[in-house]
Amino acid sequence: MSNSALEFKDMSFGYPYENDLFMELNVAVQPGEFVSIIGASGSGKSTLFKLTVGLEEPTRGSIRLDGEKKANRLGHVGYMPQQDLLLPWRSILDNAALPLEIKGVSKKEAHKRIIPLLDEFGLNGTRDKFPSELSGGMRQRVSFLRTVLSGSPILLLDEPFSALDAITKVSMQEWLLQQWEKQGSTIIFITHDVDEALFLADRVFVLTETPIKELKEVTVPLNRPRRLEDLYSADLLEVKKDLMFELRSTIT
Amino acid sequence: MKTTWKDFLAPLSLVILLFVLWEWIARLIGMTFILPSPIQVLGKLWEIKGILFLVHFPATLLVIVTGLFISVVLGVGLAVWMRASRIAEKTFYPLMISSQTIPIIALAPIFVLWFGYSLWSKVAVTILITFFPIAVNTFDGLRSSSREFKDLLLTMGATKKDLFLKLYVPSAIPHFYSGLKVAVTLSVIGAAIGEWLGAQAGLGYFSRRMMTQFDGAGVFAPIVILSFIGISLFLGVTLLEKITLKWRETE
Ligand SMILES: Nc1ncnc2c1ncn2[C@@H]1O[C@H](COP(=O)(O)OP(=O)(O)O)[C@@H](O)[C@H]1O
Ligand SMILES: [Mg+2]
Repeated sequence: MSNSALEFKDMSFGYPYENDLFMELNVAVQPGEFVSIIGASGSGKSTLFKLTVGLEEPTRGSIRLDGEKKANRLGHVGYMPQQDLLLPWRSILDNAALPLEIKGVSKKEAHKRIIPLLDEFGLNGTRDKFPSELSGGMRQRVSFLRTVLSGSPILLLDEPFSALDAITKVSMQEWLLQQWEKQGSTIIFITHDVDEALFLADRVFVLTETPIKELKEVTVPLNRPRRLEDLYSADLLEVKKDLMFELRSTIT
Repeated sequence: MKTTWKDFLAPLSLVILLFVLWEWIARLIGMTFILPSPIQVLGKLWEIKGILFLVHFPATLLVIVTGLFISVVLGVGLAVWMRASRIAEKTFYPLMISSQTIPIIALAPIFVLWFGYSLWSKVAVTILITFFPIAVNTFDGLRSSSREFKDLLLTMGATKKDLFLKLYVPSAIPHFYSGLKVAVTLSVIGAAIGEWLGAQAGLGYFSRRMMTQFDGAGVFAPIVILSFIGISLFLGVTLLEKITLKWRETE
């Protein structure tokens, strides 16, 4: 059996002087999987990402990437933050080049690799523009391109579409699924939108109690490729109802 | 938004109005040695343009340029050092802030004692007065980027050097320009004060000499050039900012 792309083993964590957020948590995500994480705000979703990328360290237990317990995970996991966080003084091309530059690739070589990708990411004609000249949806594409260019097989996306309007959001979701199928990467996707979680993912994890001892898990009963109308199938509505109940029970 | 000639209309009208008012009052009083009228000042400027532009203007410009250059090097240097080291920050930052409560003009005579009537006594005053806005603005700029950006770069595997060069320095540059704009206008004052206290040439020195001769228009004529230097330097920095920070225009 191949290694899990990501695995938490008896992982505990709490911020200094605060109660534990996670207690002996065990989770595994398989290579190539698309997993959504859903939970009320403040339940610890972003913290789970900070632990995964290595910005925080578990107080007990371990985090493994591809079966390995790395001392320093920084630079090994692609992370797309909630806000697009594009550097305003860099052109779109140079923003995308940032992770490559940090890995020591020359600017020229980085540009050579990125230019053909711009088209594919729906960003043609933007290479010399600055972030402030782009729409929210475009900026999220740049941010995602930058995340992909980190070269990591595992990508963590933290509510990337929550600031977009409903129409743009749907087209970005469809586009993201296409990209994922093409890249073959493992994606973990945080959202507070139940429909979004179900539409995208193979499995949905729900953060309920605090401290979190386990993640409630739901397998999405849909085939791929997904179509928008799948969201209204009887199977899915059943699952959605369960999810809603789980989430509501967390708000006491 | 593009600036057009219309944007200059309001300030220009005000300036003209003030000058007309000044001219009128000056004529009313009729004591040139106390309050020369603008036309008299311009006339004087024309009369003594040779000595002003060939001797005193270059002397003052040299003080200003030397002082500003040293201030930028030292101010940016200290800002970088304080950003790189917590100990340096804790040591210098409070010192720097409290140094601003010292009346610099009162300190200036000391420099004449130390450096005599040489270039350096005036440069020292200029540095003292321009160092602070450059150092503080640059330092604040180096700290201005948000935690989220830093975390993001760290997840890409950024080293301390990467953070510094790709995040802290670029986000400090607009702040540096703000500091420099304040500094260039202050530099004119610094140079003039320095020359007032002890010099053998320079616009500040010349203005003071005319005062002892009760030549009102002669006092004002070099001041016109001083303020012209200040405005030109300010516009120069603004232009430099426009050229180097193209991305800001799109915001
Ligand atoms: N750096 C921090 N220091 C202390 N507490 C924090 C920090 N970051 C987040 N928290 C707290 O941890 C909890 C989980 O936060 P977070 O993971 O951001 O939640 P979510 O992303 O699900 O909204 C919240 O109660 C939040 O206030
Ligand atoms: Mg969050």
